[in-house]
Amino acid sequence: MSIDMSVSPAPLLPPQLMQTEALLTMRGLSRSYGAVRALRNVDVTVYPGEVMGVVGESGSGKSTLLRMMNLEDTPDRGDYRLRLPDRDDCNLFDLGRYQRRMLCAHHIGIVYQNPHLGLLMRHSSSGNVAERLLIAGERSFDVLRSKARDALDASEFPLARMDARPAELSGGMQQRVQLAKAIALEPALLLLDEPTTGLDVSVQALVLDTLKRLQRDRHITMVLVSHDLGVIRTMADRVLVMRHGEVVEQGLADQVFQDPQHPYTQQLVHAKL
Amino acid sequence: MSLSSLTKPWAATSYGFLDASAKRELRRKMLKAIAVPGCQMPYASREVPMARGWGTGGLQVTLTLVNPASTVKVIDQGADDGVNAASIRRFISRVSGASETWDTLGASIIQSRHRVPEETLREDQILVLQVPNPEPLRGVEPNMSIARQMHADADYGRLWLTLYEQLVRKGRIMQGAAYPSLVNGRHVMTPSPIPRWDVPKLNMAKHLTFLSAGREKRLHAVPPYTKVEPLVFSDRPYRVEDHQQLVCRRSGIAGYFMNEIPQDDGSSSFEVSDSNLGIKAIRRAEGETVDIGQTWYRGGEFSA
Amino acid sequence: MQTTEPLLRVQGLAKTFRMYHLDSMLHAFEGISFDLHAGEFLLLKGRNGAGKSTLLRTLWRSYLPVDGHIWYRSQLGMIDLARAADVDIALLRRQEIGFVTQFLNARPRVAAQDIVAEPLRLAGHAPDAALEQARHWLGEFGVRPELWRAYPSTFSGGEQQKVNLARALILPQRLLLLDEPTASLDAGARAALVRRLADLKSSGVAIIGVFHHPGDVAQLIDREIDLATRVIADDSERIDHVAL
Repeated sequence: MSIDMSVSPAPLLPPQLMQTEALLTMRGLSRSYGAVRALRNVDVTVYPGEVMGVVGESGSGKSTLLRMMNLEDTPDRGDYRLRLPDRDDCNLFDLGRYQRRMLCAHHIGIVYQNPHLGLLMRHSSSGNVAERLLIAGERSFDVLRSKARDALDASEFPLARMDARPAELSGGMQQRVQLAKAIALEPALLLLDEPTTGLDVSVQALVLDTLKRLQRDRHITMVLVSHDLGVIRTMADRVLVMRHGEVVEQGLADQVFQDPQHPYTQQLVHAKL
Repeated sequence: MSLSSLTKPWAATSYGFLDASAKRELRRKMLKAIAVPGCQMPYASREVPMARGWGTGGLQVTLTLVNPASTVKVIDQGADDGVNAASIRRFISRVSGASETWDTLGASIIQSRHRVPEETLREDQILVLQVPNPEPLRGVEPNMSIARQMHADADYGRLWLTLYEQLVRKGRIMQGAAYPSLVNGRHVMTPSPIPRWDVPKLNMAKHLTFLSAGREKRLHAVPPYTKVEPLVFSDRPYRVEDHQQLVCRRSGIAGYFMNEIPQDDGSSSFEVSDSNLGIKAIRRAEGETVDIGQTWYRGGEFSA
Repeated sequence: MQTTEPLLRVQGLAKTFRMYHLDSMLHAFEGISFDLHAGEFLLLKGRNGAGKSTLLRTLWRSYLPVDGHIWYRSQLGMIDLARAADVDIALLRRQEIGFVTQFLNARPRVAAQDIVAEPLRLAGHAPDAALEQARHWLGEFGVRPELWRAYPSTFSGGEQQKVNLARALILPQRLLLLDEPTASLDAGARAALVRRLADLKSSGVAIIGVFHHPGDVAQLIDREIDLATRVIADDSERIDHVAL
């Protein structure tokens, strides 16, 4: 290979080496709720195995973006693709309710800030995990039991309490049940919406530690939404900064935190340092 | 030809009690129900001279099906001589001119509450079950609109979850009657409050079954030769009630679904629940020539 | 495997920090140009604040350069690190470019030997072999065997630094950036570090380093770049007020 150092290509987009294919690609997402423009022409790319952090203040659109990723909502405009084995490439927003449900059941896990959104409080913890497997068609009781146990164990949930109702558990434990439910089917994408907000600092550290372990051992691709820069800094490989429904900056996590380019990001980072 | 020769003479009620438009609506809904096995079809549910909840759904279906050549059998918990069963049977025959019978083999329409007769039904027979609650998802989703969406999506995870929870908490599935069953591999139905014993009789049956809920204004159907599979885990087999070894204290027959009769000394004795089968067995034992048909259960084992 | 084509060619590199809240610009350096070949050891010199660490971090892309090019001959082709996509930088950081600082990113509940073995595990080595190598390098840098299974988050600064070096240097990279790796090291560990760097250098790894005491690595140094001559602002007046 000859190197022509004199010619410097000036492409509009950063030249990307070809071998890393994106897992998630969202293009031109816009969504208004009445007069509120929750998302304005948002582009996101997430690569396999990475943790993408999304930061921004309340109302910046970060949770709306996550709901879109979980196909809970459809934008006014925009394109969403996931590169999954054995699946035709298509705009996922074109899918109907049933197809969305099956896709999410098999490939996308989500942990909400509010456990009531993600859990059936009057069923057992193991049952909450088993429901995911039942939707995907598992019909052996023993397999359900052992898979639920494995997922709870991987989430570092105390197995002696696996049949306790989430309503009887602490906030940190409820998040672990949500996490177990989310990873029970080895999803391609794990979405985390403020998973540790509202927990005690010590409990928060333990839950984040569990997430890091899962990331290290299973290489699960994660999108982590948080207004807490400390959480994002601990977890994320790359960071997306949102404000008023727009992406104002994105980059490698160390770069965004050490050399923020946008005035808003600088303000955000300096406020926290 | 004059108008008076074309007009039917005045009558206090229409044939079969229900007016023509009510029967036409029911017929359409029944045909739809056959076309989509196990799917609940809403219908208007007219007033009949009986309180809602006492079998008005079954009665409306029977009144729509009946004609002067029909022979009608009505049972309540397996018995033909209950007050409710006798009243309904007499009402049907009075408004339609159909014959009445207690014998399963001789009936063309069998309206039933809580039981499927023990003698195997034929292709020319129709079973009409009275259903109090047609919605298997009611326990997991109180919102009817969402429940309908769940049926549309075959979203039965929550229903399975309740069975999982029963196994976790009690070690066995506690559902005694109206066991949720998958019809034709697509819709889950609740097969009226028939015991677990009777659910296999609906699977690939020769006869047509209508299940109609008058108060809830919905009906569904299991057409002949249609799969009906109770929801069970692959490693926890479906079990019917342990009635194989029980003997009827009056007729002496065994291997059928029994009614338990508590005794003063705290023990129990048993009578066959399908009372006309018991009557026929007693008559045969007394030397009469009685025709007893093939039964679904033989020697206490299901064999269809 | 010496080649006439450089592994790294830096051309007219400049870094300025624009600080919106102060309404000001901070010039770190500009007009930096140099070539680096495989197996070369380049020392960055200059006073405190001359921009040595800033240059290293710009090459590593923690800082985004404002001008110039960082042509890097990766195994996948030429790439300008100054403009490359984040995902490519992330990939190169995993596979080809190493950055060694004085600080260990210790994670709770991960044993020292597992932290050290991790780069090998990510590169696809068998668990047992990776662990064996990890123990070897922990021993080389003078971490006592009874600490190998302990959690480094509880270690002293010096011990953490040894674990950090063992991890950073266990998997040979093609380009290694060293930011004062000898600070707070005892003599034994320093000697082990120099031995390891010499090995890596002779196997063709290109190294750019900033050292408090360059004497430690004097025999490895091929060339030096003195940043002082290129720095615009003095340390005392680094914040250059310009109209925005």
